[in-house]
Amino acid sequence: MKTFKMGGVHPPENKFSAGKKTKIISLPQQVIIPLRHYSGNPSVAEVSRGEIVKVGQLIGRANGFISANVHSSVSGKVSKIDNAMDAFGYKFPAVFIDVIGDDWLDEVDLSPEVKRVCNLEPHEIIKKVAEAGIVGLGGATFPTHVKLSIPQGKKAEVLIINGAECEPYLTCDHQLMLEKGEEIIIGISILMKAIRVKKAIIGIESNKMDAVLNLEKWAKTMEGIEVVPLKVKYPQGSEKQLIQALTGREVPSGALPIEVGAVVQNVATTFAVYEAVQKNKPLIERIITVTGKSVPEPGNYWVRIGTPFTHIIEETGGMPQDTGKVVAGGPMMGRALPSLDLSVAKGTSSILFIPSSESKRGKVFNCIRCAKCVFHCPMGLEPYLLMNQGEKQMWENMEENRVMDCIECGSCSFICPSNRPLVDYIRYGKSTVGTMIRNRKTQKS
Amino acid sequence: MNLILASVVSLGGIGALSAVILYFIAQKFHVEEDARIDEVEAVLPAANCGGCGFPGCRAFAAACVTADTLDNLSCPVGGTATMEKVADILGKKAAAVVPTIAVVRCGGTCEMREKTNSYDGVKSCTIVHNLYGGETGCSWGCLGLGDCEVSCTFDAIHINPETMLPEVDEDKCTACGACVKACPKNIIELRRKGPKSRRIYVNCVNKDKGAVNKKVCKVACIGCSKCFNVCPYEAIEMGNNLAYIDSEKCKLCRKCVEVCPTNAIVELNFPPRKTKIEEPSTTGTEK
Repeated sequence: MKTFKMGGVHPPENKFSAGKKTKIISLPQQVIIPLRHYSGNPSVAEVSRGEIVKVGQLIGRANGFISANVHSSVSGKVSKIDNAMDAFGYKFPAVFIDVIGDDWLDEVDLSPEVKRVCNLEPHEIIKKVAEAGIVGLGGATFPTHVKLSIPQGKKAEVLIINGAECEPYLTCDHQLMLEKGEEIIIGISILMKAIRVKKAIIGIESNKMDAVLNLEKWAKTMEGIEVVPLKVKYPQGSEKQLIQALTGREVPSGALPIEVGAVVQNVATTFAVYEAVQKNKPLIERIITVTGKSVPEPGNYWVRIGTPFTHIIEETGGMPQDTGKVVAGGPMMGRALPSLDLSVAKGTSSILFIPSSESKRGKVFNCIRCAKCVFHCPMGLEPYLLMNQGEKQMWENMEENRVMDCIECGSCSFICPSNRPLVDYIRYGKSTVGTMIRNRKTQKS
Repeated sequence: MNLILASVVSLGGIGALSAVILYFIAQKFHVEEDARIDEVEAVLPAANCGGCGFPGCRAFAAACVTADTLDNLSCPVGGTATMEKVADILGKKAAAVVPTIAVVRCGGTCEMREKTNSYDGVKSCTIVHNLYGGETGCSWGCLGLGDCEVSCTFDAIHINPETMLPEVDEDKCTACGACVKACPKNIIELRRKGPKSRRIYVNCVNKDKGAVNKKVCKVACIGCSKCFNVCPYEAIEMGNNLAYIDSEKCKLCRKCVEVCPTNAIVELNFPPRKTKIEEPSTTGTEK
């Protein structure tokens, strides 16, 4: 079975909610829809206080290159446009809507039938994706239309669909592949058309063989789509690792996947593309996994964007008594939440309750030079060295040692027997070196 | 015996030859350096803190010697006294320096600003700042992990373990600005030291709306503009839901301190108040 060549770790899978049918979370009384979804500029609010909005109505217009439209996920009255806390604990503009009924825009096709045929031109597809405000649903939330617009002089050869879901605990993509197989395959064919490629490969880790079989069944109905089971290894869902696992090509340091002719999209994103292009439905809801070791009934839920976490926790059986930490996303790359007064953003893939016995970091010991971090780094870096240089603020040396190639997967911190905070210092170095490089570029120009 | 003699002669010969070569090389590559640079460097504090904007005291001394006037050059550590000595050596006139001091503009002690979550990672403010908003509901205020303390070469700033806020030692602080650069939240500011070290400043940098920050911190500036309206010298600016006192315009009348509803304005080193409010003219003015 295929997998990426270098490094990687095997964290305990703990996929308690695997195979649990998706349920729908009821509408809350108020939604808080962030205008900024983790990366890029905040969108500009298109509605004003007191305005009545319908489900699917545009409420935030993209501002700048890396920015996406935001749509109302509920119908009701805009109560205010104010700053709200995001998962980072910082405040960014958000639209607060008091929910009244469930009144959808007329152009959204709510019929259950699957529309297979798409006669749109590539640029029309990309325009529709941009209008629907679709961002990468794997977690990084990079606007999808930007990824689909191939830069001049480059040519895409293969579309890679990420169904690896290598993070422990998470099962939202798995469940989507089981329930919406046909729609995902149609979404892939639409994306293939948009970037003008004849071949698409879906990579799925082999702990989800039911999803592999389901997608294989539907893939036979379309041309050029191949489903490849992958050996289970973290971080297989990372763009560069997945490209290497599926095509054997290595993305050069500092370059984008298009350099080797690949475009990578998450399965959840392809489903969102299907809904946007075929059903005129903008990105207003997503599947999230609510899970944890002490959660009585872990499960997968459809939630509207902007639903407060407290509402979801209430609906899914409350927070376990022994919770020490609540994480949005997976345990490896997710974010520990500073507060529960947050709401679901486009990139929120799960609410994970970690018991207090596991929530604290272990005692830090000295580096024993075992080189486990070097052996397990999927990017071939030397984390112990980068950490030492980060502690001493040797930014130039960090740059020479390719700190910018780090994908912050956390494999080094996970595997370190001395509990050393490797990623913390590497991330610190990345942000400082990134600023240095940007300053150098602006000075030159 | 022969061996010893041979070694002494040969080694001595090589030594003498090298000395001659080195002498001529030294003549050839001799660098003419202004002798006054050494003299100026001798009177500088030799702290090499970089507070003057130059990489170390010698670079600053060289800059003093080559500059036409000393107007834009000042050593924050040595202050006016040192600059006068430098001026004497160089026969130039030193500009008067208004003494400044580092001021920590956050009053969010553990009592005033409750923790909403706990962080157990690396003890560095910059790393926390990159990661998230901090352990309290206020994402603007002090993180209390002591990047300023580490950056200080003069042992002048320390985190108080009770309040978890940094405190500046007025006698040791030289206003070199290292802590100002080290603080990722931009809380520390260099302000005028003031007559008899008397200072008034807004002890908050939170730019959120008053209703929001009042919930997370009891001593936050809520941007009510009361101080702005009461100030007779137009020394207070309002912006971003926050008041800022211009230390150049402030005449230290303390009226703003009295009207502040959240005690966000702090007065330092003033004598205790009498029961009646003092007249502004008696509290002394800045030059």
